[in-house]
Amino acid sequence: MAKQLHDTPNLDQLESGPWPSFVTGLKRLAKDNDMTVDLMGQLEESYKTRFGYWKGGTVGVVGYGGGVIPRFTELKNADGSPKFPEAAEFHTLRIMPPAGMHYSSKLLRDFCDAWIETGGSGLIALHGQSGDIMLQGIKTADVQRAFDKFNEMGFDLGGAGPALRTSMSCVGAARCEMSCYDEARALRIVINNNIDDMHRPSLPYKFKFKFSGCPNDCTNSVQRSDMATIGTWRDNIRSDEKLSREWYANHSMEDTINMVVSMCPTRAIQLKKTAAVATGEKITKVVLSDEQCLEIDNSNCVRCMHCINVMPGALLPGKDKGVTILVGGKSVLKIGASMGTVVVPFMKMESDEDFERLNELSRTIIDFFAENALEHERTGEMIERIGLVNFLEGIGLDVDPSMINHPRANPYVRTDGWDEEAEKWFERKAAAAA
Amino acid sequence: MAERTHETIESGTPDPMPYMHPVMKENYGKWAFHSHPKPGVLYHRAENGAEVWTVKAGTARQMDHYTIRKLADIADQFADGYVRFTTRSNIEYMVGDGAKVEPLIKALNDNGFPIGGTANSVSMIAHTQGWLHCDIPGTDASGAVKALMDELHDEFVKCEMPNRVKLSTSCCEINCGGQADIAIVIQHTKPPKINHDLVANVCERPTVVARCPVAAIRPALINGKPSLEVDEKKCICCGACFPPCPPMQINDPVHSKFAIWVGGKNSNARSKPTFHKLVASGIPNNPPRWPEVSVVVKRILAEYKADGRPWERVNEWIDRIGWPAFFEKTGLPFTKYHIDNWRGGRTSLNASTHIRF
Repeated sequence: MAKQLHDTPNLDQLESGPWPSFVTGLKRLAKDNDMTVDLMGQLEESYKTRFGYWKGGTVGVVGYGGGVIPRFTELKNADGSPKFPEAAEFHTLRIMPPAGMHYSSKLLRDFCDAWIETGGSGLIALHGQSGDIMLQGIKTADVQRAFDKFNEMGFDLGGAGPALRTSMSCVGAARCEMSCYDEARALRIVINNNIDDMHRPSLPYKFKFKFSGCPNDCTNSVQRSDMATIGTWRDNIRSDEKLSREWYANHSMEDTINMVVSMCPTRAIQLKKTAAVATGEKITKVVLSDEQCLEIDNSNCVRCMHCINVMPGALLPGKDKGVTILVGGKSVLKIGASMGTVVVPFMKMESDEDFERLNELSRTIIDFFAENALEHERTGEMIERIGLVNFLEGIGLDVDPSMINHPRANPYVRTDGWDEEAEKWFERKAAAAA
Repeated sequence: MAERTHETIESGTPDPMPYMHPVMKENYGKWAFHSHPKPGVLYHRAENGAEVWTVKAGTARQMDHYTIRKLADIADQFADGYVRFTTRSNIEYMVGDGAKVEPLIKALNDNGFPIGGTANSVSMIAHTQGWLHCDIPGTDASGAVKALMDELHDEFVKCEMPNRVKLSTSCCEINCGGQADIAIVIQHTKPPKINHDLVANVCERPTVVARCPVAAIRPALINGKPSLEVDEKKCICCGACFPPCPPMQINDPVHSKFAIWVGGKNSNARSKPTFHKLVASGIPNNPPRWPEVSVVVKRILAEYKADGRPWERVNEWIDRIGWPAFFEKTGLPFTKYHIDNWRGGRTSLNASTHIRF
C-alpha cells in the first residue's frame, strides 16, 4: 500500500483558499489508499488536457439492474494497459439516505467503516443531485460485498438508468413551521411501494419524485421531478397576534409596505386601520399595532409563501392542509427544460387513506408513462406530445381551471363534444356542492 | 465471486426517525416559529415552546472518510450527536441548548468549515461530478466549485444579498447542476468530432439519430464502414449524441466554453418559478481555478447586491429593472445569441411598447 503520489501541480492549486478542499481530502486518502493515488493521477491528467477519461459499462449486484455507476478508465498505455491501474475501475454505489438526510454521528462513522472494510476508496459525496449518498471508488470484484454490507445496515441502492430514481424530501415537518404534510412519510410510501421500478430499470426513461412541504419548494421539485408533491392549504393564513406585534415592533411602516404589502403577487394584502378591517370568513386580520393591521383576502391568496417567509410565526399556513401535484418537470434534453404543471390542485394529505391515494396516483402515473412514453422520453415530453387532456384522461383526472395560466388562444380544436363536456363540469360542481 | 452470505432486502428509503435529533423528532409537524439570529444560525420553536438551534456549515461535498469522521466527532463533542445535510451539501448541526451554538461554531471554524449559507447569503453551489467521475464531462465540477466558493466565501458567511442566492455548475449542457439564480454551464461551440472506425461497433445508430433535437444526424457509409454523419449547418452543438455514442466526441479543450445563466428560481414565493436565462458565454474552460468564470459571476452578484431590493431574487430584480439595464449594469455584451429561436421562443420576445429609456 501507500503508492507514491503522482505529481499534481494543477490539483495542488485547489488546496489553498478558505473553502474546504476536496483535493486535501483526496491526499489524506491517498496516504494509505492506492486507488486514490491513481485517481488523482487521472484527474490531474484531465486538468492538463481538459478531457474526461471515464467510460461506463455494466457492473451491478445480484438481482438489481441499476444503482451502481460503472466507471472504467480510458487512459491507456500503448500496450493497452491502464496508465493508472489502481483506479482503472472506479465505480460508484448510489445509496438512498434516510428521508430528509438525517444522520446520527454513529451512522456517519458506520458508513465510513463499512466503506473502508469492503474495499471502497474512502471517498463519499453527500449528496448527489438526485439525493443519493454516493460511495465513490470501488472495484468490480468488491461491489457485491460492499452492497451486502450496506444492505445489512438497512440501506438500499438508489436508481440509475431508465428507472424510478432516488427521491428527496425537504427538512419539512422535522424542523419547519411551514410544512403542510409529512414529507418523509409520503416519500417512503411512494418510493418504497414502487421499488421494483428502481431496482429493475424497465421504464422508457428516468422517473423522479420529489416532495416539498410548502410552495417554497426547497427540493426544487417543480423543475427537477416528473411528479412534484408540494404542500399547501385551503383555508386562511393563520396569524399570531403576539408575534405579528413583535415583528412590527422590530420593523417599520416602510418595511411593512415595501416588503409585505406591495410584494404580494395578487395584491391580496391591504394595510388597514384596525377599526376598518373587513370581517368575513375569508379574511385574516394581522394585528401590527393598536392602530394598524394587515387585511389578507384569502380568496385571492395564491399560497406563494412570501408574506409568511417575511413574517415567520406571525403568519402561518392554514390548518386545512394538503398537497398540490405537478407533473412533467425535467431538465434540458430533448425538448428544452420544462416545468411541472398542475394535475391535482389540492389533495388532503393527513389520513392513512390520503397517503394511500397519493400512492395509487403515483402508480397510475408511472404505469401510464411506462405504457405511453417513447424510448428516452420523459413524462413532460410525453405530455407535450400527446397534450395534457389525453394525459389526464389516461390517468383518470378531471380538467380544472387551476391547471392553466389561461385558456387556449387559438381556434384550432374540434369542439363537437362541447355540450357533453359542459354537462360534466356542471355535474362535478353539483357533486362537490352536495 | 465468493459465496454470498446475505440475502438482499429491498428496503428502499430508510426511516429518518432513528437518525433525527430528539427535539425534532418529539416536535415533528409541530413547529410554530423560526428566526435567523446570525448568519449560519437558525432558531426554531415548536408549539409547546421546545427550541432547537441549527448551525449550518459548508462542505466540499466530495469528502474523504477522515473529514466525515471529523464532522461526526464535532457532532458528539460540540452538538447533540445529530446532523443533517441540505440539498446543496451543507451540513446542519442541531442543538437543543442555545449555549452550545458559539462553541460549535468555533469548533467548525477551527476545523476549516465555513459557517453560513442561511437566508440572504450566497449558498454552496449545487454541482455535478465532472472529470472526477462523469463519463461525458466537459469540465470538472468539484474543482470549479472549490475555486468559485473560495472567491464567494465572504458572501457565504455574511448575509448581505437582497435575498437568497442559489448557484449551480454543470459540466455539460444536460445541466445536472440544475436551475439557479446563477448557473454556470458548459456550452459546446463545435459539432462532434466523429471517430468513424468505432461508430458501428459502439453505437446503436437509430438511437443516436433519434436523440438529436434538430435531426442533424443521419446514417452514412464512411470509408466503407457504417457510421453516422452530422449536418454541421443544422447542428446546435448540444452534445446529446455523445452519451449514446462516445465516438461522437463533443468535448473540446478549446471550443467547449462556459456559459452563465441567471434568474432561475424554483420557489413559488412572489413570482412563479422561472428558468434561468443565458446572459454570457464564450468563457474559457480554464482549470485549475477558472478565473474568468469568477469575474463574471462576481460582477453579476455585485450589481444584484447593490441594486436589488430586500426579498427580490435575481430574476425579480431583473424583472423590475429590465434586461437592457441588466446588460448595462453588468457590462456584459448583448448578442444575437441571446434571442431565442428554439420552438416557442417567440413567447420570450417583447410584444409590447414597454421599453425603458
